[in-house]
Amino acid sequence: MRGNAEAHELIAPGSLAAVLELLACAPGEWTPIAGGTELMVAFAAGRLDARKLVSLWGIPDLRFIETTKESIVIGACATFLDLRAHAGVTAELPLIAKSAGWIGSIANQSRATLGGNLVNGSPAADSAPALLVYDAEIEMVSQRGSRRVAYAEFHSGYKRNVMAADELLYAVHLPRRFAHHKQYFRKVGTRRAMAVSKVALAATALLQGDMVSEIRLAAASLAAFPTRLYRAEAELLGQPVTRKTIQAARRALLAEAQPIDDIRSTAEYRRRVAANLLDEFLLELSQEGSRR
Amino acid sequence: MSTTAKTRIVGAPVPRKEGADKLLGQARYVDDMEREGMWHGATVRSSIPRGLIRSIEFDRRIDWSEFTVVTAADIPGENHIQLIVADQPCLADGMVNHCDEAILLLAHPDKHKLREAAGAVRIEYGPLPPIFTIEESERQDQVVWGADNLLKSFVLEKGNVDSVWESAAHIVEGEYRTGAQEHLYIENNGIIAEWSAENGVTVWGSLQCPYYVHKTLIKIFDLPDEKVRVVQTETGGAFGGKEDYPSTLASHAALLAMKSGHPVKMVYDRMEDLAATTKRHPSRTRHRTALDKDGKLLAMEIELATDGGAYATLSSTVLSRATLHAAGPYLCPNVRIRSKSWATNKVPYGAFRGFGAPQAIFALERHMDEIATAMGMDPVELRRRNFLHDGDTTATEQVMREPVMMDQLLDRALRESDYYARRARFARENPSSAVKRGMGIAAFYHGSGFTGSGERILNSLAGVDVTPEGKVRVLVSNTEFGQGTNTVLTQIAAESIGMDYDDITMAAADTGMVPNSGPTVASRTVMVVGRLIERAGLQLLSMLREHGGLGAHFTREEFFAACERYRAAKGEVRSLVRYEAPPGIFWDDEKYHGEAYPSYAWSIHVAQVAVDTVTFSAEVEEFWAVQEVGRVLHPVLATGQIEGGIAQGIGYALYEKVILQNGHMANNQMTNYIIPTAEDVPPIHVYFEEIPFQHGGYGAKGIGELPHDGPAPAIVNAIKDATGVSFHSIPLLPEDLFAVFGADQKIEEPATL
Amino acid sequence: MSASWPTIRFTVNGEGREVKAPPIKRLLDVLREDLHLTGTKEGCGEGECGSCSVRMNGELVNSCLVPVLQAEGVDIQTVEGLALNGKLHPLQQAFLDCGGAQCGICTPGMLMAAAQLIERNPHPSMAEIREGLAGNLCRCTGFMRIFESVLAAATETAESVSKKAHRAG
Repeated sequence: MRGNAEAHELIAPGSLAAVLELLACAPGEWTPIAGGTELMVAFAAGRLDARKLVSLWGIPDLRFIETTKESIVIGACATFLDLRAHAGVTAELPLIAKSAGWIGSIANQSRATLGGNLVNGSPAADSAPALLVYDAEIEMVSQRGSRRVAYAEFHSGYKRNVMAADELLYAVHLPRRFAHHKQYFRKVGTRRAMAVSKVALAATALLQGDMVSEIRLAAASLAAFPTRLYRAEAELLGQPVTRKTIQAARRALLAEAQPIDDIRSTAEYRRRVAANLLDEFLLELSQEGSRR
Repeated sequence: MSTTAKTRIVGAPVPRKEGADKLLGQARYVDDMEREGMWHGATVRSSIPRGLIRSIEFDRRIDWSEFTVVTAADIPGENHIQLIVADQPCLADGMVNHCDEAILLLAHPDKHKLREAAGAVRIEYGPLPPIFTIEESERQDQVVWGADNLLKSFVLEKGNVDSVWESAAHIVEGEYRTGAQEHLYIENNGIIAEWSAENGVTVWGSLQCPYYVHKTLIKIFDLPDEKVRVVQTETGGAFGGKEDYPSTLASHAALLAMKSGHPVKMVYDRMEDLAATTKRHPSRTRHRTALDKDGKLLAMEIELATDGGAYATLSSTVLSRATLHAAGPYLCPNVRIRSKSWATNKVPYGAFRGFGAPQAIFALERHMDEIATAMGMDPVELRRRNFLHDGDTTATEQVMREPVMMDQLLDRALRESDYYARRARFARENPSSAVKRGMGIAAFYHGSGFTGSGERILNSLAGVDVTPEGKVRVLVSNTEFGQGTNTVLTQIAAESIGMDYDDITMAAADTGMVPNSGPTVASRTVMVVGRLIERAGLQLLSMLREHGGLGAHFTREEFFAACERYRAAKGEVRSLVRYEAPPGIFWDDEKYHGEAYPSYAWSIHVAQVAVDTVTFSAEVEEFWAVQEVGRVLHPVLATGQIEGGIAQGIGYALYEKVILQNGHMANNQMTNYIIPTAEDVPPIHVYFEEIPFQHGGYGAKGIGELPHDGPAPAIVNAIKDATGVSFHSIPLLPEDLFAVFGADQKIEEPATL
Repeated sequence: MSASWPTIRFTVNGEGREVKAPPIKRLLDVLREDLHLTGTKEGCGEGECGSCSVRMNGELVNSCLVPVLQAEGVDIQTVEGLALNGKLHPLQQAFLDCGGAQCGICTPGMLMAAAQLIERNPHPSMAEIREGLAGNLCRCTGFMRIFESVLAAATETAESVSKKAHRAG
């Protein structure tokens, strides 16, 4: 254990308003900490640069899952177990529930939060590809008010996002329009559990007759942050799912993916497996189409 | 004959001797302990793999007067860890030969100040070119050890291989490699040490061999035997990783204790333990095999090399076992094995369950499948045709005097796994499936106990005593670290003395209290030390009959009464016995010839593996292990050993990779050194056959290491069956499978059908 | 420095406890060092091995990742709280009978995870047991005896619950 507990301040003001006040008064000074499943690992490794932390844990205003007519809104401090247990999420946003079960282990899922997963900003974030193919929007709040951006525009670089220094990630909004879409999400890790993702692919698609009327593809670990695969989508949108369009989509993915070599895997492996996952999804989609 | 007699306690699934402590959270591991006035210790380690230490500077921002600093200059005696060759310094002195080599030690009461101080020591090096591979070492690009980098070599010959090549119907060659493997005991290495002028050195810690640590400490401190005391604490896993390394850690903690005047605790965190402690030797084995037209072995020529790391440590004995397992459970009239262990500038490799056999057996059992393919033979049939039988001789010309039942083990394994039916089913299903399945087997033996004259040299002493409080104690220096030592040895004592299991306890594994019954390694404990306890128990009875008035039959009360009469007459009630070599064990250390091991355990492993062509990953779906291990003294413990060893073997084959950058372990965290979880281990089916071994405790042979020998080749053979592709090296990660499958597949073509 | 440390109050195994500690100090270290409850172990410090698992308000957590400030007002259960009035929990008994513990270092965390599992799922399938224990690494057993122990305890717990239900009914 390489962390020095005496070298860090941690406070728990206990309310959203108090946290926002703190962020407004001293922008950039206080690092929010939710369940701690990332920051406490850094602490123990002696790599926690943040000297001042403000706890979000236990603030009810941040830990909620609400259903409106148009959306399911997930508070930033909803844990992954909360997501798995929520009937609406499992029924209408199954890819989010599925990815929630991939985070670490049960002991991690009870503490890790959706907001934390997104703000940590790893390109391998388990929940991110699901949010992308569900057209998620991120709501950020500050004392100045609140604003939303499409999640697809939330990350601005490797572990960087568009939040201002006084802003807090407040909620994720998911439109309730994907229940009838064909859905797919597969993660490839080092083992079946407790595995950081090497690559993952999520997809939602709608067929009208033979034609793909909607398609969203998103991947983890193919770029500096989780991304949509727009070029691959373009080969499929408005097209039937044939051997030709599958090949075109595959080629497009291979070209637009920019994975790297790192300690867990290689760029070439990630690229190829992502393409294989796409094939797997498209095959399922074409079989679905032919069944109608 | 005790080996076949009916027993009450031996053979029964009695509760573990340590009782419920582990389940109540009351077992005390070293980090759970404190000593009054205790300080903490930390190690400053080399950041380069090889070079001179030019200067050591202490940053002035730290108040060094608060700290104790220890360097090689502080060592009162010899600056060497005593193993086989005294080449490894306790602390680097002027030169480092691997990354993370210990250079100096710091102690302080506050763990955090200690960490800060360790980071404030600046070391200037004069780097020298390092070598990192067997090949670089062989070429002597740099000479980093001795005159030629060669830590050890053996030549083992039987018959005349050179006479066979010309006329052989088939000759098959192959090269196979295994990688390093980390023990990943869940409890990191840890020691608490105390020093006083009066009592000398005392250490408590997580360790396998108290007397090994003792042997080093007396030399480090230049103290007589009785001034050094080593006590094993509850140990959270070892697997060989705490066989030799604790001697280094104990020396470090004790030096700090001596210089600071305080007890010192040194417990590694996971990052340090992974980076700085021993691992399994990587290997490269080359086979050249001649067979007749029917697939009978005519000659085996084997060249086996291991990577020893920067210092010799146990490389010679690991190489020895690898050499003696390289030709496997097969009859071959002509054998030549040339084996060499090479020094490189990496953290020294050391003992790990199997100790050279997993490396050698991976190569051989992969090669047998390659031979089968080359000859168009069934790999099962090829093995069956060549198994050793009663009366045959091994590569060292040891005559199989104990029964060998490999045929029956194979039959049972095939039956239990439904091997042929599954293979046939997969052959039908694979062409139309994205997941390819296959079956693979491995056949092997594992020699129990120390090689050849090793036990004679150990000259173990062990026994039992009876305390005035009415406890019968087993007196051994053998340690419990999960495998069941405490349970089995007390079972044996209870059985041989005729008492209840609950009346027997283990004396603490404390060199101040127990004799040296040898290390807890080499699958020797139950067979060798168990036998000593069995004899000691019988000897106790005859002592009590002669001098304590004990009758031929007795109650519990009568037994203790006799003990007290004996105590009144003789002073203490203690029965010790010395190791006696079984008759007819002749071993020539020069020629590597004769009875290599007193007994062998035999096994067949069968693996069912699924290879996913979408992700290129291989998973073991089901596993069967059939083994003949002598008498099974505790069915639950024995089964647990087999299952645990197989899980480690699965990790060795498919998950565990040590990634080095400039000789430093880059993946030194549990998040990226990958072992199988509860979701990854397949169902494992274990079946025992028993041929009691007359010289083992109640007929037992060793079983601890046996199960780690088979999984890797069985799995890679199954991958070959599933995909048609032969892999020659482990660990075999999806990226490695991809490198072959992905290369064949046209990138634009979908993997699916 | 320590004058500025907050006082944090929570219950451990039903007993009210109070510590003055740096707020980011790991709950694991508070349990082991401040409260001398050394049953909970550190195997990795990264939330990967589960040997530090405890239950907070009934939820399984890795205590090496919980800053003690976030334990304010919480009910914590550790392995020391499993047995009641000297009687072993069915899981502890099952581990004894079925060989679920070898070296024992993973056992406290494993028991906490298993306890949560069978409390919430009295009839777990093998797949559910594997998932429930996936965050607890064991290097000794190969997991087989642990699965058997959990199945045995689940059966026993389910049977005794059902017996109670029958008696009550």
